[in-house]
Amino acid sequence: MSLDLSNYRDLALALLPELVLTLAAVVLLLVVAWRHQTRADLRVAAWVAWWGLVAAAVAVWWLWWNTARAAVIPPPVHPPMIAVDDFRFVADWLVLGTAALTVFVSFDYLERESLLVPEYYVLLLFATLGMMLMAGGEDLMMIFLGLELMSVAVYVLAGINRRSAPAAEAALKYFLLGAFASGFLLYGIALAYGATAATNLTLIGVQVTTLGLQKSTMLLIGLGLLLVGFGFKVAAVPFHMWAPDVYDGSPTPVTGYMATAVKAAAFAALFRVLGEAFGAVPAWREIVWWLAVITMLVGNVVALAQRTLKRMLAYSSVAHAGYVLVAVAAGTPAGAAAFVFYLVAYTFMTLAAFALLAAKGRDGERDVRIDDLAGLAQRRPWLAFALAVCMLSLLGFPGTAGFIGKWYILVAATQSGQVPLAAILVLASVISAGYYLPVIMAMYMKPEPFEQAHGGMRLGPLGSIAVAVSVAGLLFFGVRPNRLLDLARTSGAAVRPAPAATSGGGARPTAPKLAGN
Amino acid sequence: MPPPGFRLDLLWAVPALPLLGFVGNGMLALTRPKAKTAVSIIGVGVLVLSFAAAVAAVAGFVRLHPAAPLVFRYWEWMPVGDLRVDYALELDYLSAVMILVVTGVSALIHVFSVGYMGEDPGYARYFAYLNLFVFFMLTLVLGSSFPVMFVGWEGVGLCSYLLIGFWFNEKINADAGLKAFVVNRIGDFGFLVAMFLIFRHTGSLDFDAVFAQAPTAFTAGDAAITATTLLLLLGCTGKSAQIPLYTWLPDAMQGPTPVSALIHAATMVTAGVYLVARCNVLFALSPLSSATVAGVGALTALFAATIALKQWDIKRVLAYSTISQLGYMFLGVGTGAYAAGLFHLVTHAFFKALLFLGSGSVIHAMHHAYHATHSHEDAQDLRNMGGLRHHLPWTAGLMWIATLAIAGIPPFSGFFSKDEILGAAFARGTAEPIWLAYWVMGIAAALLTAFYMTRLMLYAFHGPNRTGEAERAHLHEAPWSMTGPLAVLGLLSFAGGVINVPALFGGHAFFRCSGRWRCRPESNGRSSSLRCSWRGWASSGRCGCSSPRRSCPRGWHPRSGASPESSGRSGTWTRCTTRSSCSRSSGSRARCCGRRSMRGSWTA
Repeated sequence: MSLDLSNYRDLALALLPELVLTLAAVVLLLVVAWRHQTRADLRVAAWVAWWGLVAAAVAVWWLWWNTARAAVIPPPVHPPMIAVDDFRFVADWLVLGTAALTVFVSFDYLERESLLVPEYYVLLLFATLGMMLMAGGEDLMMIFLGLELMSVAVYVLAGINRRSAPAAEAALKYFLLGAFASGFLLYGIALAYGATAATNLTLIGVQVTTLGLQKSTMLLIGLGLLLVGFGFKVAAVPFHMWAPDVYDGSPTPVTGYMATAVKAAAFAALFRVLGEAFGAVPAWREIVWWLAVITMLVGNVVALAQRTLKRMLAYSSVAHAGYVLVAVAAGTPAGAAAFVFYLVAYTFMTLAAFALLAAKGRDGERDVRIDDLAGLAQRRPWLAFALAVCMLSLLGFPGTAGFIGKWYILVAATQSGQVPLAAILVLASVISAGYYLPVIMAMYMKPEPFEQAHGGMRLGPLGSIAVAVSVAGLLFFGVRPNRLLDLARTSGAAVRPAPAATSGGGARPTAPKLAGN
Repeated sequence: MPPPGFRLDLLWAVPALPLLGFVGNGMLALTRPKAKTAVSIIGVGVLVLSFAAAVAAVAGFVRLHPAAPLVFRYWEWMPVGDLRVDYALELDYLSAVMILVVTGVSALIHVFSVGYMGEDPGYARYFAYLNLFVFFMLTLVLGSSFPVMFVGWEGVGLCSYLLIGFWFNEKINADAGLKAFVVNRIGDFGFLVAMFLIFRHTGSLDFDAVFAQAPTAFTAGDAAITATTLLLLLGCTGKSAQIPLYTWLPDAMQGPTPVSALIHAATMVTAGVYLVARCNVLFALSPLSSATVAGVGALTALFAATIALKQWDIKRVLAYSTISQLGYMFLGVGTGAYAAGLFHLVTHAFFKALLFLGSGSVIHAMHHAYHATHSHEDAQDLRNMGGLRHHLPWTAGLMWIATLAIAGIPPFSGFFSKDEILGAAFARGTAEPIWLAYWVMGIAAALLTAFYMTRLMLYAFHGPNRTGEAERAHLHEAPWSMTGPLAVLGLLSFAGGVINVPALFGGHAFFRCSGRWRCRPESNGRSSSLRCSWRGWASSGRCGCSSPRRSCPRGWHPRSGASPESSGRSGTWTRCTTRSSCSRSSGSRARCCGRRSMRGSWTA
């Protein structure tokens, strides 16, 4: 299905998932404006949000099924601001799926913690909408708008528990540093525009090759600032300082959502920007290489020192950002496939781990230490099993999706000649055994500290479904990753640098040379 | 691939049955942990069936005499671009030996566990873990590529970790488990990085393809292959508790004794030896790495034996003894005597499993005695034993067989295997003195072995009894479910040495064929004739065996002499002639003339 994005009907079709989700969010906003008093209202809001997410996912599926693609637009018209390709569809599914699972996890949690704020789900929908725009943005402006929409919603989500001082601290910290990061990003966009006279990713790519801007200082500074901005959002070292505190202070389902969907969306945007706009600029590979190395090492080593489970998982998510950056640094089709695959696997394992943590904690899961899980395997064998699978998958244990994901990243890195990077990744994951395994050790090898130590652990039926789906996914894709890998490969291949200009002027629609000092 | 004849198609059942047992017992552990009869039937039954399947498959394999390893592909696991990894099992002489040992010894130890663990509240969980371990171990030895092997490699580590910490009442157990796993992860780092170096150079990870391409993809003796093999060695030292990563094994003795017998003596810890033997082509390409393997092995054999001299805990003596014997195996495979190393692996599995199970029987009796009198003495301390032969006559007699075997007393199995390893080192020592040093260390370790084992036996079974007056009445022999497996292992420890004489397991006949140092042309005028021929043999015969007809065993030819109908696949290899030249012994024919090639020794 070819969509001519210059006419409104096709444009609406291309944006169908976003439109559906916007509609759902607005309807939900209206609903909760009148009904926000009782627990029943909370449940209604959750179900409306859930069905909205499902409807959006179906819309994505419909576009994917009909292999929707944007028609090539002749030069005088400005190229589209939204991509219509498999990468966008897969990324959309990922964020929609994460949001849907988060709804399930939150369903019981909010009631239990007496957080009667149905707006929670509205914010969740808007944040997801922002992520979809980021993942599909074909223009730096679109990506920025999506990022801001997402960020603002998530700032509020982080502080949704107004009775909690740590949550307020987390929200404020996240807001300040997030605003700071947005500033970097915006300045990077401005410089990139200054160098290439374009904000469209494809156009930037074309300008870079045709004008030979690979070494342009302005472009390189812009690129660096963009990387800083995205580095904040994916919590890559050294831009990770906010992550542990914010993850720690936020309500646990929100933390799970932040650690997975926010990160996935930022990675998707980063991947698209680097692949399409800066594919011809070799400088970023070096930067990303170093970012990956530092992130992996620092994330893992600092995680070793953590005593509470939540902070440990926070640093673990920093470390995993490093693994994903390795896939980005590989910069090959195999790297792209590994990138998508790993994001999916990472989402499952992290989300399930946070969901289980949310079930364990009683207002203030901040305090769940690793030893508090002692004896869980005797008392709640299924929960212990699920958490053990998550830990093993995070560790990269064979038989789980985490292993396959790491495997693909290693293959991609090796194939692109980055053997040292692969070796560091393996080393980092060896270090990670030092903090994932004590969790299993506590659950399976230590006796319950006192009777009914886990009596208050409550996951709720929907939370159980979310965890079961994630764990089943981890195990299934650990054994039969083929389908998912095919999907990852086709979607990863959709992001590629624009072909170099073939005929004079054919792809130089806008400005003449501006930059180059 | 030849048509899967005979009962070879049963091969999938060998690992699948223990997995089934794990699922069944796992379900029981979650739902009805008290159903001990069902757990015993499932736990032991799947192992017995698995052993039967292994015997059937190996019998079919031996009768088929395939020229190449049989690879059974089940499904595509990880397709990444041009790299494809399948779930595939591979049967060749090496894995045939291994699956027989693993399933056979496991079945016996499962039977033993029925008696030993009978009163444990975690009975179902124990059998579930044990079944899972066997599944992973079989995956490890049957996998036809590095990644599949790695699945097993990690899996056995996990099960070992879970079983060490099985009795979680004491914190020390959990810490021991964690230590085992973390040390193993250091080893896994080496394995994984080596795997990706191999992938980078050969573009594949299937054993077949890697070993076929290794001689051309790597330059013999250069940095790449040396780094790769040394990293592999790091993985092996972690798994097989060699210097410097040996510290976890003595602590691992915190687990139940049958676990020590199965995982920390007979099977899992030998995985490193198996890996070196499996990658013999790679190690043969790097003389430095091979010498390092042998050096690490010799040093560990001696060093661990000296520690064993001063231990009082009966299981810790055996743990250090295991480390020492594993050192022997490394010395064997490092010397290039892969068959000898593997042979020692097999005999060691018998006598060390017997020693551990026997010590389990002793501990069982001691524990019951102390339990009956509410004493808090240490049931594992040799100083509390003495004179037990009157109370545990069967255990004492059978453990003496194992002691004689491990000490290398002639007709017992250990003599044959140790002799071959030491002989191989000595023979190489004629050209390079370093190997003589290894040989001396091996001899010294053998003497120490005899000493500390005799010490253990005398302290435990002879002299006056030191258990205590009240306790003495409660000392009694274990039930038949525990002594039965001991008796079978006793028989194997006694007579196990003969398996190397006929050709069934790739024994003697084969050993002569593949021992590189024997194949060496004495008149080779270049540099060190030994190394040259040794390296050359494995790296496509460029420099080896250049005038070898008289010094090579019958049937081995340089390339130029290869007849066109010879059964090899790649042309540039020193190869066997067709079956006519070796047909006098059909057993050795398969080894000589099969796929002589890169898989070297083992798939021949």
